[in-house]
Parts: sequence; C-alpha cells; structure tokens
Amino acid sequence: MIDGIIHCLVVLLLPPLLIGIITKTKAAFAGRVGAPLLQPYYDILKLLRKGSVFSTTTTWLFRAGPLVTLAAILTASLLVPLGRHPALISFDGDLILFAYLFGLARFFTASAALDTGSSFEGMGAAREVTFSCLAEPTLFVALITLARISGSLRLSTILTYPTPALWRATGASMLLLVAALFIVLLAENCRIPFDDPTTHLELTMIHEVMVLDHSGPAFGLILYGAALKLLVLGALFTAIALPVSTGSDLADWGLFLASMAALAVAIGVVESVMARLRLVRIPQLLVGATILSAFAMLLVLR
Amino acid sequence: MNSLADQLLVLVMLINLVMLGSSRLIFSIRAVAAQGVILGILPSLVHPLSFHLVAITASIILAKGIVIPYLIGDAVHKAHIRREVEPFIGYLPTLFLGAVCTALAFVFAARLPLAPEHRSLLVVPASIATLLTGFLILTTRRKAISQVIGYLVLENGIFVFGLLLTEAMPFMVEAGALLDLLVGIFVMGIVINQISQEFSTIDTSRLRALKEE
Repeated sequence: MIDGIIHCLVVLLLPPLLIGIITKTKAAFAGRVGAPLLQPYYDILKLLRKGSVFSTTTTWLFRAGPLVTLAAILTASLLVPLGRHPALISFDGDLILFAYLFGLARFFTASAALDTGSSFEGMGAAREVTFSCLAEPTLFVALITLARISGSLRLSTILTYPTPALWRATGASMLLLVAALFIVLLAENCRIPFDDPTTHLELTMIHEVMVLDHSGPAFGLILYGAALKLLVLGALFTAIALPVSTGSDLADWGLFLASMAALAVAIGVVESVMARLRLVRIPQLLVGATILSAFAMLLVLR
Repeated sequence: MNSLADQLLVLVMLINLVMLGSSRLIFSIRAVAAQGVILGILPSLVHPLSFHLVAITASIILAKGIVIPYLIGDAVHKAHIRREVEPFIGYLPTLFLGAVCTALAFVFAARLPLAPEHRSLLVVPASIATLLTGFLILTTRRKAISQVIGYLVLENGIFVFGLLLTEAMPFMVEAGALLDLLVGIFVMGIVINQISQEFSTIDTSRLRALKEE
C-alpha cells in the first residue's frame, strides 16, 4: 500500500525535476549558473494558468493530442516497476501494452501536428514517426531478450529479475542491451544526439516542431508528458543497468531516486559533450542499436 | 575456456559490425588494429602458459596491432584518401547483412559436427561471423584500401578458428602465415601507391577497362 502511494507520488512529482537536473548539468558544463532546479515546475505551472489559442483550421484532434498523449504515458507509468518495487498494474504480456502505449502517444502527437495543416509540422511528424519506427524494434528485441532470461512476460518480473549475479553470468549480452536501451532512451526522449530539445531552428527540429502550435495548458501538458516519458523509460533503463537491491523498502526508493538523478546527470553529460548527429546518420545509429539488441538476443538464445 | 575469452569474442564480433558501418578509413584501420590486439590476447586465455604461447601472443600483437595498421595508414596517407565515398552497397544495408551473417554463423556453428568440448564455445560462430564480415567488406567496397582491410578481417576470422588448434599448430606455421600476411600487405601498399599515381584514384571498379597508351 505504502509502495503504491510512493509510486504515484514519484510518477506525479518527480518528472520535471529530471529535466531540471539535465539543464543544470549542461549549465555546469558550459560554466554557467543555469536555471534553478525547479524551473520546469514553474514553467509548467505558468503555462497551466494561461489561456489557449486554437487555430480555426484545427479540429478536435488537435485538442485531443496533448491529453491522449499524457494519458497514454501516465498509463504506461503504472505498468513499469520503479526501482525494485513491482508495478501497480501487472499481467502477462503487459510489455506489449507498455510499448504500444508509447505508440499511441506518438500517433496522437503526430496527428495533432498534421491537423494544423502546416507543412512545417508535417515535416516534423514525418521525422518523428520515421525515427520511432526504427527505435521500436530495439525496445521490443530488448524486452524479448529480458523476457527470455527471466522466463516471464510480466514487466514487473522482467525488470526486477536482473541482479549483480546475472550480470556476472551473462555480462556481454546485458552490456549490449544496456547500450541499445540507452540509445533508445535518448532517441525516444528527443535528446541529443538525435534531436535538440532546446533548438528552434526549422531544419533540425523533430519533436519541438510538432508542438509549435500548442499554447497554454495544452503545451504545459506536453512538457509534463515529455518529462514523464523520460522518467518511465529511465526507470526501465536503470532497472537493467543498476540492478542493485538493499533489502529495505525505503532504502530501495532512495536508491531509485539516486539512480534516476544519476541517469539525468549522465544524459546532461552526453548532451554537453556530443554534437547533434546529421539527420542521415540517425537511422544508422538506430539500426545499429537494433543490431546490438538482436546480438544480445542471439547470445542469450544459444 | 573462461567467460572472459567469450566476452572478448563478443567484442571481436562487435568490431566487425562497427567496421561495416563506418566510412572513415582511419577509423576502420584502428578498429582492425584493436581486433588484432584482442586476437593476440585470446590464446593466452585459452591455453596454459608456455614459451610458445608468449612468443605467439607477442608476435601477433606486434604484427596485427602495430606493423600492419602502420603500413596501411601510411598507404592511406600517401594516397590522400580519407573515406570510402560510394560503396557498391550502402553502409546501412551492409551493416544489416553483417548482422544477418552473424546470426547465420551461430545457426551454422550449431550444426557443425564439433568436438564435444568445443560445442559450447563462442569460438566457431565468432570465426565464421568474422570470415563473412571480411568477405562482405572485400566485395562491397570500391577502394583498394578498404579491400585490404576486408582481407585482414578475413584473416582474423581464420585466426580465431585456429584458436581451437593452437596446441596442435606448430609455431613455425603461424609465424609463416603472419609473414605471408605482412608481405601481402606490403605488396598491396606498393600496388595502391602505384594505382593512385597512375590513375589519380584507387577506385578498383575503374580498373576494368583497358587503357591504351
């Protein structure tokens, strides 16, 4: 019961802080003081208080986009175990629902972008779906490999199964999976080297360009949804990359929060030391990630 | 065979894929050098320590990790080329083909009538995967230097297979094979230089037509 409440609180309150940590890390690398850690909360609260402007060419799809996206990601957040604690909802085969909830979110974001009729947003939508259909196989192959290792189809079992002992036994394939999943994590959350979340240059944008026409509360929901997606996929990643357990429940929650903060710092470091990839190189890296995870599966299967 | 050797073989196969996906020649040369060094370390993990073994390890690291990459790097420098411009098959398809070949190597190795003690090892699939990667690089790239690199990868694959036999294989045979390889690279370096001087390109697909003086 207490774990369930903490799960909900973490899912609802933590996400913007991760974005704040990433921004702060990037500022530290650039030698600036940077925005306060809580700035994303202020931004979202400010946006929620504002009024909305809807273009007359848009339909209900445009208004539904941010809501459905956020709802889908919130549902996905109930399926993923945080730290060593099982998820709130779990059943056989929930890993497929988990992957396709992100698909649903993406579909509605892209549809809302197409609904504006702006060729500019259409371009962003095309890029987004192209890259995500290359990233999806990686996520699936990685989950199937882990399902095979743990012998279960429940996300809660799959993601709490890895232990340091398992790492020692199948180190190579686990390492390949972690590398592949990190690439997916960066691609799905539109971080550098795939997409620059801070840019507003038309030629380089992918995700940002799709949400240009949203304003006020809708845009606030989009920002919050993006942060939540980072938390959910980050929880999936840290469950495999740092499979340590202390034994005590509260200490495990602390460990989970610390590992998420460490992940945010790691993403900030990647964003500071790397440049954005050219668009033609992105599919190459994503296919490379798929091959890494397929290779991991091959090593597990034999 | 311990798990460390298996991890190194996984690394060897990953380097194969990296080489298939990269267009920069200098990077490919460094990758093949890294692969050579890993191959040099492998025999000492698989077999008990002996003078024979130390000599093999040292000579392989020296030849594959230092001398041969230096020779190819020199040829690249003299011929003024940095990257493979237009391979016959693009990088993404070759990368994909390489992954398929690796998967097939695992399937094929599982069906080979191997000695029971070799059955669970990664050596055979890794060697077949590396061989096939070498073939892929040899056949899909245009530049003579890329083809030399492909040839090196092919040889690395044969060497991995030889790991199973190191005790049976006399030192002289391996030394002879290494020497052959070294001479081959040397000759190819000279040939590449000649080609680039004569034709101002080392695109081998242009060498099909005869030229009249």
